[in-house]
Amino acid sequence: MRTRSETHRQRLAIAVFAVAVLLVCMVLKSAYYQLVLTQVLLWAVMSLAWNLLSGYSGYFSFGHAAFWGLGAYTVALGMIHLGLSPWVTIPFCAIVGAAAGALIGYPTFRLRGHYFALAMLAYPLAMLYVFEWLGYQELTLPMQREAPHLYMQFADPRVYVALALILLVAALLISLKVENSRFGMALLAIKQNEPAAEAAGIDTWRWKMLALMLSGALAAMAGGLYAVVLLVVTPDTVFGMLVSAQALILALFGGVGSLWGPVIGAMVLVPLAEGLNAELGDVLPGIQGVVYGIAIIAIILVAPEGVYWRVLDRVRRRPAAVPEPARPAAIVVPLARERSVDVGKDLLVLQGIGISFGGLRALDGIDLTVPEGGLHGIIGPNGAGKTTLFNVINGFLAPDSGTINFAGEPLIGLLPNRVCRRGIGRTFQVVRAFPRMSLLENVIVGAFVRAADDATAEAMARTALDRVGLGGRADAIAGGLTTRELRLMELARALVSQPRLVLLDETLAGLGHEDLDGILGVIRQLRADGVTVLIIEHTMRAMVRLVDHFTVLDHGRLIAAGKPDDVVRDPRVIEAYLGKRWVEQAIVTAN
Amino acid sequence: MFSLTDLLQALSAGLLVGGAYALMCTGLGIIFGSMRVINFAQGDFLMLGMYAAFYLTTGFGVLTFLGPYAGPIVAAFLAGPIVFGVGWLSHRFIVARVTGAGVAQIEGAGAYGQIIVTLGISLILQNGGLILFGSAPVGIRTPLSRSSWEIGDILLNQGRCVSFLIAIALAAAVYLFLGHTRLGKGLRAAADNSQAALYMGIDVERAHRVAWSLGVGITAVAGGLIAESQTFQPYVGFDFVIVMYAGVVLGGLGSILGAFWGGLLIGIVQQMSTLVLPYQLQNTAIFVVFLLIIFLRPQGMFGRLSERT
Repeated sequence: MRTRSETHRQRLAIAVFAVAVLLVCMVLKSAYYQLVLTQVLLWAVMSLAWNLLSGYSGYFSFGHAAFWGLGAYTVALGMIHLGLSPWVTIPFCAIVGAAAGALIGYPTFRLRGHYFALAMLAYPLAMLYVFEWLGYQELTLPMQREAPHLYMQFADPRVYVALALILLVAALLISLKVENSRFGMALLAIKQNEPAAEAAGIDTWRWKMLALMLSGALAAMAGGLYAVVLLVVTPDTVFGMLVSAQALILALFGGVGSLWGPVIGAMVLVPLAEGLNAELGDVLPGIQGVVYGIAIIAIILVAPEGVYWRVLDRVRRRPAAVPEPARPAAIVVPLARERSVDVGKDLLVLQGIGISFGGLRALDGIDLTVPEGGLHGIIGPNGAGKTTLFNVINGFLAPDSGTINFAGEPLIGLLPNRVCRRGIGRTFQVVRAFPRMSLLENVIVGAFVRAADDATAEAMARTALDRVGLGGRADAIAGGLTTRELRLMELARALVSQPRLVLLDETLAGLGHEDLDGILGVIRQLRADGVTVLIIEHTMRAMVRLVDHFTVLDHGRLIAAGKPDDVVRDPRVIEAYLGKRWVEQAIVTAN
Repeated sequence: MFSLTDLLQALSAGLLVGGAYALMCTGLGIIFGSMRVINFAQGDFLMLGMYAAFYLTTGFGVLTFLGPYAGPIVAAFLAGPIVFGVGWLSHRFIVARVTGAGVAQIEGAGAYGQIIVTLGISLILQNGGLILFGSAPVGIRTPLSRSSWEIGDILLNQGRCVSFLIAIALAAAVYLFLGHTRLGKGLRAAADNSQAALYMGIDVERAHRVAWSLGVGITAVAGGLIAESQTFQPYVGFDFVIVMYAGVVLGGLGSILGAFWGGLLIGIVQQMSTLVLPYQLQNTAIFVVFLLIIFLRPQGMFGRLSERT
C-alpha cells in the first residue's frame, strides 16, 4: 500500500500525463498520427484491464479478447440492428464486460496455473467461431449523416483521442484506487500465496471475481470505442489470439503489476508495430505480429520484470535519504477480542472425522475435544495425519465423514476464509509468507478480517508484531527473513484476526534452543490472554513442557490421549515412535 | 435426426482424422510431459510441417520423382526432421533460457515466462509464415485423397486411411522409443523430477532440447499428413492448438499415452459433432468438451492429481 503523499503524487502524474497527451494531439497534424495515438490510448486501457486481473492477482489470462470482442460487437450490433448510439452502448459495454467476467470467472476460478491459462484461452476462440457462424463475418458501422455527433461520429479525429484519453484516465484512477485499497492487497496476497491469503481470512473467490468483472468491464468499453474508431468489426480482429496476446505483451513489456507499465508498453510498441505495418505492410504483411513476438521474447530474456520496474530499480539504487514515514498516532487496539472466556467449556469438538486420498486412509474416525483456554498438543510420527487434520479443521479439505463443531456451530463446508472469520487462525508447517511484501503488510492482510478501515488494520498489525517481538522489523521484506522471524510473523498474522483458537503447525520445527524459548514464551502468553491453542509437533520434548493435554496420532488413527506425562509412558505411543522392540526396553528403563 | 449410416460415417471419419490428431497430441504430450511447459507455438510448428511437406512436393517439386502416391507421404515424414531442426534452434536460443532446472523463477512474469516466450515464438512463426508463404490457402493434391473405398454405405477416404495408418505406426514407434532406449529413459527421468535427474548425471537441458525438438517434429509430421486432405494458410495453427490441448488434457496432462488416446477421441468428437451442430461450430464443440474436461476431471483419463497444501 502506498502512503497518502505517494498516492497524491500518482494522481498528479496522471494529470500531467493527460495534459501531455492533449498537447501531443494538438501538435500532431496528420489524421493518421491521431488515429495511431487513439489506438495507443485504447490499447493502454486494454492492457491496464488485463493488468488489473493478471498483473495483481497472478491469474494470467490468455483470453482477454473475449471482453474486447464482446464490447466491439455490442457497439456494432447495437448501432446496426437497434440504431443505438455508442454514447449509450459504450457505457453498456461495461455491464456486458462485467457480466461476461462473472460468467467466465464462476467456473474458471476453480482452476489454477496452467489449467486456468488454458481455459481462458478457449473462451475468445470459441466466441470467434460462434460469431462467424452467426453470420457476423464483417460488420461496418453505418455512417449517420443526419446527426453524426449523436452517434459519436466526428470529422475531427482529435475528438477520438480525447474520448480514448478519458477512458484511459478512468482506467488509471481505478487501478490506483485498487492498488491503494484492501482490494489490491488481497490480490497481491493471492498472487504470492493463495492458501495463506485464504487462511488469513481473505475471501479470495470474491476478490478474484471482482477483479475479473472490473477488468472485463474496462476491456469491453475499450473494445467498444475501438469499434467506433475503426468502423469495421470482424471476428478475427476482435476475438483473435493477437488481441489477447497484445494485452498481455504490452503489460509485460512495460512492467507487469504496475500502474504505468501497460501505458509504457502501449506507447512504445503500438506506434512501432503500426509504423512498420504502414511502411512495410504491403511487402511484409505480418510484420506487426513479428514485432510483438520479438518484443515479448526480448523482454522476457533481457528484463523479465518489464521496463517500468527496471527503471524504477535503477532510480532507487541511488542512495537517497528516505525519511522514516511518521507512524500514525498509536491507536490502541486490543488484540484479544473483548469477550468472556468460558474456560473449560468445549470450544472445538471433532467427531468421527475420516478422510481418504485414493486408497490411503489419512484420517480414520478421529474424535477430539479442545476446551476453551486450553493448550492442546497433537503429536505423532511423520505421516500420522496431523497436518491433514488441520487442513480439515480450517476448511482446506472436506472430510469424507464426521462432524466438526466450533463454539457450538458446525464448521464443515465453510471455506477457509469463513473459518478464519469464525475465529480460527492458523500457521503452516512450511511457512507461507507473502515474500514480496513487508512484514507489516504480511500481517495487515490478516487484519482485514476484523478491521473496519485500513488505518485500523495497520494499527492492529503493528500491535500484533509488537506482541511477538518483531515491532522493530515491520518494514523488512518477508523474502529475506530468518526462519524464526518468519514463524513469528506467521504467528502475528494468525493473531491479528483475533482468533479464539489458533492452530500452530510445527511452529517449533527447525529452531535452535534460544529461538525456541522465545516462541514458547509467546505461546504461553497467548494462553494467558485467553486464546485457545492447538499445536502440532512431532518432537515430544518441547511439547511436554508446554501443553496440558496430548493427543497422539499414528497412521490416521488416534492412539492415545491424556496428560503429557501419562501419554509419553503409554506403550502404544512408544511403539508408534520407536517400534515394537523398544517398548519392552522403555518399560524396563522406566521401572 | 440422423441415420445409422450418418452415424457410422461420422464415426469412421472421426477415427481417421483422429489418427493424425493422436500423433500431433503425442508430440505435444512429449513436450508437456517432460518440460511442463505450455507451448502455444505447437500449432505453428504444425503449420511449418504442412508447408515443409507442401514445398517438398507441390511447391519446389523436389519429390515429384517419387510419384503422386509416395511423394506426399515421404514429404510428410521429411517435414519431421526439418521442423525438428527449427525446434532445436528455438530451444537452444530462446526456450532453454527460461526453462529447465537451472533457471530461477522469473520475477514479475513468474512461472509464466515460459508460456509467454512460446507465445512470442508463435507470433513470429505465424506472421513470419505470412511474409514467407503468403496468405493464399494452399494444399497438397494427391490422387489418394480424391478417391474412397466403399464399405457398405460408408465412404472411407483413401488418403485419410493411409495417413491414419502411418500416424498410428509412428506414434507406436515413438512410444517404444521412449520406453526402451537410453535416451527415452533419460527423457522420462528428467520429466519425473528434473532436479533429481540432474543429480543422477542426466543432462537435463539436453533431454529437454530433445523432447522439445522431438515433440514439434512429430507434430509437424502429423501436419504433413493432414496437409494432404485440407487446404491451409499460415494462421492454420490456431485451429489445431485447441484440438491438441483438448486431446492432451483429455488424456491427462503429462501422460504421453494419454495424449495419444485423447487426440483420437477429440477427432471422433469433432466429426460426430457435425451430426448435430452446423459445420462451422465443430471446433466450438471441441472447446465445450475441453472446458468440461478441465472442470470435471482435470486429471484426464490417464493423469494423476497431486497437490499438497
